[in-house]
Amino acid sequence: MFYIYCPYCGEHREEEEFHPKGQAHLARPENPDECTDEEWGNYLYFRDNPRGIHHEIWVHAIGCRKFFNVTRDTQTYEIKESYRMGATPEVTHANDPLS
Amino acid sequence: MQKYSGFGLLKHALTYHENWQRVWRSPKPKKKYDVIIVGGGGHGLATAYYLAKEHNITNVAVIEKGYLGGGNTARNTTIVRSNYLWDESAWLYEHAMKLWEGLSQDLNYNLMFSQRGVLNLGHTLQDMRDIHRRVNANRLNGIDSYALDAQGVQEIVPILDCSSNARYPVLGASWQPRAGVARHDAVAWGFARAADAMGVDLIQQCEVSDILIEDGATVGVKTKQHGTILGERVGCVVAGNSGVLAEMAGFKLPIESHPLQALVSEPIRPILDTVVMSNHVHGYISQSDKGDLVIGAGIDGYNGYGQRGSYPTVEHTLQAIVEMFPMFSRVRMNRQWGGIVDTCPDACPIISDTPVENLFFNCGWGTGGFKATPGSGHVFAATLAKGVAHDLAKPFSMFRFHNGALVDEHGAAGVAH
Amino acid sequence: MTQTNRLNTGGRIDRSQPVTFQFNGQSYQGYRGDTLASALLANGVDVVGRSFKYSRPRGIVAAGAEEPNAVFQLGATEATQVPNVRATQQDIFDGLVAQPTSGWPNLNFDFMGTFSKVFGRMLPPGFYYKTFMFPQAAWETYEKYIRKAAGLGRSPRVKDADTYDHMNQHTDVLIVGAGPTGLAAALSAARAGARVILADEQAEMGGSLLATRDQLDGQAAADWVKATLDELAGYDHVQLLPRSTVNGYHDHNFLTIHQRRTDHLADKAPDNISRQRLHRVRAKWVLLATGAHERPLVYGNNDVPGCMVASAVSTYINQYAVAPGRRLVLMTSNDYAYRTAFDWQDAGREVVAIVDSRHDVSGRYQEEARRRGIKLLLGQGVIEARGNKRVDGAVVAQLDPTGDKVVGGGRVLDCDTIATSGGWSPALHLSCHTGSRPVWDDEVIGFVPGKTVQQQLVAGAVAGTFTLNECLKEGAQKGAEAAALAGFPSQAVKTPSTEHWPEAKPMALFCVPHKKRNSRAPKQFVDFQTDVTAAAIELATREGFESIEHVKRYTAMGFGTDQGKLGNINGMAIAAKSMNKTIPETGTTIFRPNYTPVTFGAIAGRHCRDLFDPMRYSAMHEWHVKQGAEFEDVGQWKRPWYFPKPGETMQQALDRECLATRESVGILDASTLGKIDIQGKDAREFLGRVYTNAWAKLPVGKCRYGLMCHEDGMVFDDGVTSCMGENHFVMTTTTGGAAGVLEWLEFYHQTEWPEMEVYMNTVTDHWATMTIAGPNARKLLSELTDDINLDRDSFKFMDWRQGTVAGVPARVFRISFTGELSYEINVQANYGLHVWEKLFEHGAKYNLTPYGTETMHILRAEKGFIIAGQDTDGSVHPYDLGMSWAVKEDKPYSFIGKRGMKREDCVRDYRKQLVGLKTKDPSIVLPEGAQAVDDPNHPIPVPMLGHITSSYYSANLGRSIALGVVKGGHDRMGETVYYPLTDGRVVEAEICSTIFLDPKGERQNV
Repeated sequence: MFYIYCPYCGEHREEEEFHPKGQAHLARPENPDECTDEEWGNYLYFRDNPRGIHHEIWVHAIGCRKFFNVTRDTQTYEIKESYRMGATPEVTHANDPLS
Repeated sequence: MQKYSGFGLLKHALTYHENWQRVWRSPKPKKKYDVIIVGGGGHGLATAYYLAKEHNITNVAVIEKGYLGGGNTARNTTIVRSNYLWDESAWLYEHAMKLWEGLSQDLNYNLMFSQRGVLNLGHTLQDMRDIHRRVNANRLNGIDSYALDAQGVQEIVPILDCSSNARYPVLGASWQPRAGVARHDAVAWGFARAADAMGVDLIQQCEVSDILIEDGATVGVKTKQHGTILGERVGCVVAGNSGVLAEMAGFKLPIESHPLQALVSEPIRPILDTVVMSNHVHGYISQSDKGDLVIGAGIDGYNGYGQRGSYPTVEHTLQAIVEMFPMFSRVRMNRQWGGIVDTCPDACPIISDTPVENLFFNCGWGTGGFKATPGSGHVFAATLAKGVAHDLAKPFSMFRFHNGALVDEHGAAGVAH
Repeated sequence: MTQTNRLNTGGRIDRSQPVTFQFNGQSYQGYRGDTLASALLANGVDVVGRSFKYSRPRGIVAAGAEEPNAVFQLGATEATQVPNVRATQQDIFDGLVAQPTSGWPNLNFDFMGTFSKVFGRMLPPGFYYKTFMFPQAAWETYEKYIRKAAGLGRSPRVKDADTYDHMNQHTDVLIVGAGPTGLAAALSAARAGARVILADEQAEMGGSLLATRDQLDGQAAADWVKATLDELAGYDHVQLLPRSTVNGYHDHNFLTIHQRRTDHLADKAPDNISRQRLHRVRAKWVLLATGAHERPLVYGNNDVPGCMVASAVSTYINQYAVAPGRRLVLMTSNDYAYRTAFDWQDAGREVVAIVDSRHDVSGRYQEEARRRGIKLLLGQGVIEARGNKRVDGAVVAQLDPTGDKVVGGGRVLDCDTIATSGGWSPALHLSCHTGSRPVWDDEVIGFVPGKTVQQQLVAGAVAGTFTLNECLKEGAQKGAEAAALAGFPSQAVKTPSTEHWPEAKPMALFCVPHKKRNSRAPKQFVDFQTDVTAAAIELATREGFESIEHVKRYTAMGFGTDQGKLGNINGMAIAAKSMNKTIPETGTTIFRPNYTPVTFGAIAGRHCRDLFDPMRYSAMHEWHVKQGAEFEDVGQWKRPWYFPKPGETMQQALDRECLATRESVGILDASTLGKIDIQGKDAREFLGRVYTNAWAKLPVGKCRYGLMCHEDGMVFDDGVTSCMGENHFVMTTTTGGAAGVLEWLEFYHQTEWPEMEVYMNTVTDHWATMTIAGPNARKLLSELTDDINLDRDSFKFMDWRQGTVAGVPARVFRISFTGELSYEINVQANYGLHVWEKLFEHGAKYNLTPYGTETMHILRAEKGFIIAGQDTDGSVHPYDLGMSWAVKEDKPYSFIGKRGMKREDCVRDYRKQLVGLKTKDPSIVLPEGAQAVDDPNHPIPVPMLGHITSSYYSANLGRSIALGVVKGGHDRMGETVYYPLTDGRVVEAEICSTIFLDPKGERQNV
């Protein structure tokens, strides 16, 4: 069970308080109506699925109800960082390719 | 291929079992194959088997980074059923079911396919509506499927708590008598042995590190242990690792890899003769021939390649089991484990061509792959042999996620596993 | 029966407290402090089980968690049955009843045992894969017989008599194992002030120190154990958990500890005490001091009762004062095991010989053996045990220096006990649980814990440190290190020491060769519980199962309830050797939780029955119960389904409720609908983005119905949202969808549109909601309010008003899910029952009739209103539902779902569309879920058009009505489709409008 730092509460809490919400930094297209089916489908369904560093959204569902980002290694399950919505990650696949 | 039989067993007993042949060779890879199958799990091995058997294509390599059948084939809870809701998936799984029936004889390998029946319980009125809908659809598709009320369920599983004081009382179930369980390892081994006998090269401990692409078409793979292996067509059947392979080929898949956990009790005397699944209280259970209660639940919600999930999932699962079977409270859990399941947004697989010519993917089976093993291999073999999707595979193109023609199995049927 | 093997002195048992227990129907006596295993050995019980496959008699071989044979059914009553209890880990108590889990007709004469002598050879590994294939239909019959042989103990047949609980804990340092290493570590960490949990699986803490005769600083080791435990018990920040197994090590240093609180006291836990507790521990740092398991050597017939692990023999002698035999042959590949021979001799029993596989070995241990007059056979091995139900001899032969083959000899030593030691395997199980792979260490001759990403340290035998002095030192050091890492600067405590005898280099020996090849030698068991032999492993590799995982799965090695603690390393060694590989080349198998089995109930804890999932009730629930309502589970809510009067069938009740509502007035408890309060200057724009329809112009005091879609364009929830103020709205959702909708709204706000000023919170539980519907609704309400003008023209349909109802502040919404004149009254939840009862006081004259969800469904279906989740399934968009009126295409922002419903497949012809359906025979109610077809005589598979989503008998219309989806249905009005039912009937139905009653909406417009 993960021990997750909520950057809004400023505390580590048990995974049971959170829900994972999928890949982070996924922007809704500016003009959906101008998207092709392919572009819209890519936005809807096609996700990064790396073995290794992954940026994902979690929500502190049974807590402050805030959504935030987590950088996590999907192989070792290590959480490298939690950061607020709108912030950029410090740990990325590019700067931490080994893990 | 050395024929297996009771008589053969007797014969070998007289020579202290010293003369059993190898079940498969351990060949060095050739330079080039007609078809390379990446992934030596049940689906990949079945694909190789049917390529050789049905399409006479035997210049085939199955490349496996670990050992044969060592991924989800070795980690699932072995349930086989075909009572899916939508026509497209029902036809595919029923195709698999028909192949299961007689597969032991076909492969000359006892897969212990036990058609002991599967119950999918309903605990709410909406569950029951969904059950009736699915049962009606199944029957019009020629699949044995029955809707039972609580009493009917109780008659099949006397030890199930069907009383009204459960938190979510059992209102009824769907029942597929032809469904059941099979011995998971044997499925991989049986296909492997038969494929090898027809000339397929099974190459274990060989990890693909790149997919070679020239002018938009694949020409083979690069491996860590054996360098480049060329292939006219490449089929990837790597379940949880599909995303990693797709990335090598330069495209994304509509797939996330999640942990799926399962657990077993210590072996106990026979007490449960059928498979009981409940989506609502969220657990399912059967008893293996060895006596273990084999138990599982849903996926963990995050992406994970660690072959393990989070403890609360196990907790909730056992709460569900004790809720359904209060008498199992004193039985003890022996072992838990996890697999990596490749889940699609519509809970249906991808059997498809890809943006790269001659490269095909068979993936996205999520929690339901084992039951489809022979069917998946059969249609994927046809797809690889002809270079176009088999009729049953057509609805499962990866491009359905662009045009919107999803086959949404979890919306209506809530099916997992 | 007397305790023939009990020693007169020594041990940690309490001879003043005799305990009487039953095994296999017979009564025995032991002492407090005995395990079931030690008590049985004291009583000279040799055979405790029959083996799984070959049905061979089996005895106790070990003293701890690694015991594979002594696995019993416990329990004096049906409700206290426990299958598969390991006798080495169960204390005895008065009244304990144990049964063997195998053997038919009984342990001492076993039919299968006789049978297997003849046919056992037919059962190589994987034999079932190779046979039972013909005829195809027969497998289930074969299986029935195969299953009969399956399983050890049995499940209870009734509900558990006991309860279980959980305890969530945080700690700075969790130390696993309270042997010398763990105790020293605990001292260091505790003195530094760190919160420490020290958990140990045994009844008494001390581990190997309880069974050693080594002295520490000149005093009995047990004295140091006691002093240490006394000190630790004196710290408030230290928690000592004996009888507590750390069974799982999960990510981010989350561990579970299975504490057995009462299993040593009685069959059933004392009242008000949970039988077992599962500690869920988040530890800053974990120190594994889990020790090691001694490996027995593998040799012919090594499963005959009397063949034991060397250290277990010492434990029985020193800790339990039981010498489990008279004449011992000790076979070893290392010095340490010599101590067992010395213990045996000092217990007054005869050591026949020490058989040491090493040719050239001399040192302190050998000297001591000679000094004691013990015969020392160097360069030799026990290649075979003799005997049936008890060892009566050991066949000893000369080995070559590498231990690969027998080079001579073969004499039989007369003995009744053979103790063996092939060295020690670190108990690294927990270190593997989070994915770390063990590493082979040639020095240790075993696997040691590998690299990990957890905050984990290892010390003592688990790390390959075997001598007592070093274990103590390393424990003290690592305990201090763990405390320091957890933020408590610390120094290693000074540890006592013992006189250390230097040990000669051990030999890496696993399987003692036999004169015959392994395939022809007497069975050499590797895994006792699963009956896996050396020959079986060799056969597996010969057949091409070359990965150790394949070997394991093909032979079933390690799949027993002991999970291969005793045999796995031997098995790997045998597999490696047969393939001419090293052990690390062959690979290791990974250990998974649990370390030892854990009771389902302990994992479930209190979370069953009423506490399985929270139950939610409305403020009027008790009233419904008193009225005899039947309830329906909707989400976590218990909602009244219908209110039968005595003697009424369900249909009669529904007819009455439906008619009463349309004829006069009915009332529904609608409190469970989700309610979300939405405020902020951008609230209106926000609604416009998440709903498919327009919200820009909704004035204060007005309500509007809206549809919600996901980005794929498919409907997932609906409800009415009301404008409370320019920047304030209250949204309602479906009962089951409420939490999901709120999270979904927050998701879009926080991740996509953080610039919007909008705030949301659930207010579902704040309000009690009651809907009165029917022609007399206004009359009834007017009797209870004097500050709300109910005139049809001042309080219009889709208006809401603030006011007072039955003397309490209320929000009244004139909205209708029935098509009747209808008011939804919302009051603070605490007033709910009061207002409800007032309504009935005044409503009696109007025959105010309570109705439940079923009547609600019927009344809304008569009007063609959908229920999201019943008439939709995630695959229909608003146009499929014929609800284009609820989609506003030209909003400036491309609302959620808009683009999705324009995809190629969503705009094609012949989609499934929601229509009304009238059966030709109005008395037939189509079953929900029935599938429409055009040609019922079409051969299977029959092309299907869509299913019935809602179907009822409408008392108001005097006929059945149904809603359903039909391919291209909107263009097929008036056409006939067929519904083949599972009972063989085919029902004809006509496609019609979804609105069956009052299509112009006149009933509510009054």
